[in-house]
Amino acid sequence: MKTLQLNSITNFKFQTMKTMKNISFYALLSIAMIGCSDDDTAPEVINDEELITTVILTLTQESGDQVVLTTVDLDGDGPDEPVTTVVGNFSQNTQYQGAVQFLNETEDPAEDITEEVIEEAEEHQVFYTISEGLNITTTYVDFDSNDNPLGVNITLETGEASSGSLTVTLRHEPVKPNDGLDSAGGETDIATSFDVTIE
Amino acid sequence: MRLFALLLLLCCSMQSYSQDCNNTLYGSLLDIHDGSVLTGATVIVAQTGVGVLTDLDGNFVISNLCSATYQLQISHPSCSTKAFSVLIKDDTQKTFKLEHHLESLNEIIVNGKKTNRATKSIYENLVDQQTITTFSSGSLGDALNSISGVSSLNTGNTVVKPMINGLHSSRVLIINNGVQMQDQEWGAEHAPSIDINAVGTLKVIKGAGALQYGGNAIGGVVIASAPKVPLLDSLYGKTIFSGSSNGLGGTVSSSLTRSNQNGLYTAFQGSLKRYGDFNAPNYNLSNTGVFERNIAATIGFNRIDYGVEAYYSLFKNEIGILRASHIGGAEDQVQAIASPVPSIINDFTYNIDAPRQDVTHHLARIKGFKNIENIGLISLQYDYQQNNRLEFDVRRGSNKDKASVDLVLDTQTLTIDVASDISEKLTTKFGIVGSLQTNYANPETGVRRLIPDYDKYSIAGFASGNYDINQKWVLEAGFRFDYTHMNVFKFYRRSFWQDRGYDNQFSDLVVEEIGNQLLVNPKLDFYNPSFTIGSKYSFGLYKLFANYSLSSRAPNASEQFSEGLHHSASRIELGDLQFTSETAHKISLTLQKIGERVNFTITPFATKIDDFILIEPTGIRQTIRGNFQVWEYRQTQAQMYGLDLDANLSLTDNVRFVHQFSLVKGYDKTSNEPLISMPAANTLNSLVYTNPNFNNISIAIQSNYVFRQNEFPNTNFEVVLPDSIQTVDISTPPSGYHLLNLNITAAIRPDMQVGLYVNNLLNTSYRNYLNRLRYYADDVGRNITLQLKYNY
Repeated sequence: MKTLQLNSITNFKFQTMKTMKNISFYALLSIAMIGCSDDDTAPEVINDEELITTVILTLTQESGDQVVLTTVDLDGDGPDEPVTTVVGNFSQNTQYQGAVQFLNETEDPAEDITEEVIEEAEEHQVFYTISEGLNITTTYVDFDSNDNPLGVNITLETGEASSGSLTVTLRHEPVKPNDGLDSAGGETDIATSFDVTIE
Repeated sequence: MRLFALLLLLCCSMQSYSQDCNNTLYGSLLDIHDGSVLTGATVIVAQTGVGVLTDLDGNFVISNLCSATYQLQISHPSCSTKAFSVLIKDDTQKTFKLEHHLESLNEIIVNGKKTNRATKSIYENLVDQQTITTFSSGSLGDALNSISGVSSLNTGNTVVKPMINGLHSSRVLIINNGVQMQDQEWGAEHAPSIDINAVGTLKVIKGAGALQYGGNAIGGVVIASAPKVPLLDSLYGKTIFSGSSNGLGGTVSSSLTRSNQNGLYTAFQGSLKRYGDFNAPNYNLSNTGVFERNIAATIGFNRIDYGVEAYYSLFKNEIGILRASHIGGAEDQVQAIASPVPSIINDFTYNIDAPRQDVTHHLARIKGFKNIENIGLISLQYDYQQNNRLEFDVRRGSNKDKASVDLVLDTQTLTIDVASDISEKLTTKFGIVGSLQTNYANPETGVRRLIPDYDKYSIAGFASGNYDINQKWVLEAGFRFDYTHMNVFKFYRRSFWQDRGYDNQFSDLVVEEIGNQLLVNPKLDFYNPSFTIGSKYSFGLYKLFANYSLSSRAPNASEQFSEGLHHSASRIELGDLQFTSETAHKISLTLQKIGERVNFTITPFATKIDDFILIEPTGIRQTIRGNFQVWEYRQTQAQMYGLDLDANLSLTDNVRFVHQFSLVKGYDKTSNEPLISMPAANTLNSLVYTNPNFNNISIAIQSNYVFRQNEFPNTNFEVVLPDSIQTVDISTPPSGYHLLNLNITAAIRPDMQVGLYVNNLLNTSYRNYLNRLRYYADDVGRNITLQLKYNY
């Protein structure tokens, strides 16, 4: 009985020393860790790969005259607002062939996102919304493999002189087919409005 | 089950022995090692043969004692039986402590009283093993929700983030087996990476009283601990199978423990959880499945006064996020809110597609303790954690299978503490905690970093003590100081850097300019003192806890560095580099009554938080993707008040009524508006029938009423659509709702228990104000779970 107690006491001392040693070991280890990792190398820059910075809608009539609608937003969801430009006015009662282009201009050279949209036609649709009073109608001329509209290319027909807004919306994974923007759902990748005039 | 039976026995055994002696002994029984309560222990008075059992809080009451010295024999299934002598004069209060191990090496029993209860002056809420079992197929957050005053911030029904008295994220510390979880708790849609099936006991401390765990626990501390291992030769374990009708899936969880009399023990635990899409009453909630896999292993050596233990656990969870919640800008929000059903409803599937989360958490810990005479119990712990969070968004082209968020958070912590009994009445605890944390955001994502790369170093020291003035009064006080240094590398957009005016203030922080982005290297220091003082007063059947705590929290990485579109919230979130620490003052009181038929606790509290960091909408930003609401973090003065009530009333020997009520009110004192996302008042009422003579059956019918939150800031905004201007109503809370639940458990064999749990029995359609997906879909409908628990 006594021997056992003595043994235990010796054991205690041994254990204590060991514990103390461990403490100092870990303390040193942690200091070493802190000391070493302070001079970190700078991280790599990331440019958002799926960013669309630019939308260009080009409308060409048979004579070759063009109306070009452009929106550029180089800082994506940053505080700078998108810049919209409209070059040219529409002529009355005229048919235009329209083509929309989506670019990521933060890459050099600019990446053409339109190609991806066409490749994944089943998962995308471009919608054109015309404000009330503006005498414009649009018709889809390109379709995905399920014969649902895609909208990268369109035909646009003008009526009598008027003015208003034309909105281009690109939806990712909308319900297809749909009855228009309101029932399409999905995620909006582009939504940009242009003030246009027919003269 | 056993606990219900024990409670019942407790009631039965309170027979009145008609003597001329009217003294009552109010006892409580604790584990000598960690001060945890011992439930279901038998207390026998040698002279009279009267026996009682300790209740869920480890308390017992013996009435009709004479003024004399009595011998008590206290035994517990996993403790060695011990005799105590008690001098009874009038009504007497006494705490007894048992060795919670079957101990054979009696020579070296330490007679100290290591009541390492995290705090003495704050009432600690406990979720016992039996209750945890009923949440086997749920999550840690679901189990915590069963406590009054604890609610949760949900993303669907599988991401359940605990909220204590209205506070969450970095304000709630989660301690898993002694390790503070570092699992990117800043995100509202990040749930704790803990397997509920690995938890033996779950404790909640509302407030910052437990300074050993951190001085920043403005909301509170959740302590999850593994089951204790007895010190005897044994091999035991249990397996739980659960199958659920909603989500058409199940959970298997199994554990096996080998213990030896010589102190060596090993334990393994694993669980697997797989569910497909859950259902709301009227439709399928597409892409809400979950696939969770966990393992844990422990090896240790415990010789009562010294021991070492190594622990490792792996938590891996894949969670689908409701497909219809992944939307673009404000235009999509208008549609989603206007639509009574989610915009995407597909057929049921087990597949988990984007948007989804994939979280992997490794935790390794080694700890040792040694009891040194005249010094006390010295503990040393080193732990390493790695949390890898992948979030997959709905993406285009070659990025389809690439994560949008890929963060790796590595944390190492070293803790040394000494717990000493200075005298019979005074116990103290001192400690030092050092930690190193590194966050790495993988650039392969092709998406700008949500949280920047950083290194964080922190060191803290704490001291606490409690003094038993007499049998009635206990005093407690503690102090802690944290120093934190952050070394951050962040790319800012030039436009944002200039818009905020940082180009004037912090131009010296800019390291490099690349295109339209600036690499900035802020080095931040935070000094955070915290302090607590409190007391516990026991009188008759009552205990009164009173505590004041001062806590202080450094801003987290998300509050400081958010800068961009948060896809899962469809909003732009902006942090602020200049934030200072927030400081909270909290006063809480608890009145507890432990009676023969009536038990209750009532806990009112008041909190004042200076420089409270909150996020709120500040405007609309136009982008090429349409309009987005901008949410900016800001600091303000906040005040919160509330009340938690728990009551337990034994109606007959077999039937009891359980009541819970929680209320919290929060205000922004700068803007004089209510705080956003405060839990609504709610009440839980259950009628429980138990019969130990009939297969230990327990039938509980539970009613849960959640009131409508009537106090909220108006954060609605207007958006210009191609053909109209619309108000986006994102702030109006949904209506109140009432849910009915049914729980039945019975022992079909001594080692086998079956359980039938029906949640949302009436298949009620409802939306919860604190569910982030409430705009898009109803919450889950009826769920019937059948569970089989087998002990071996």
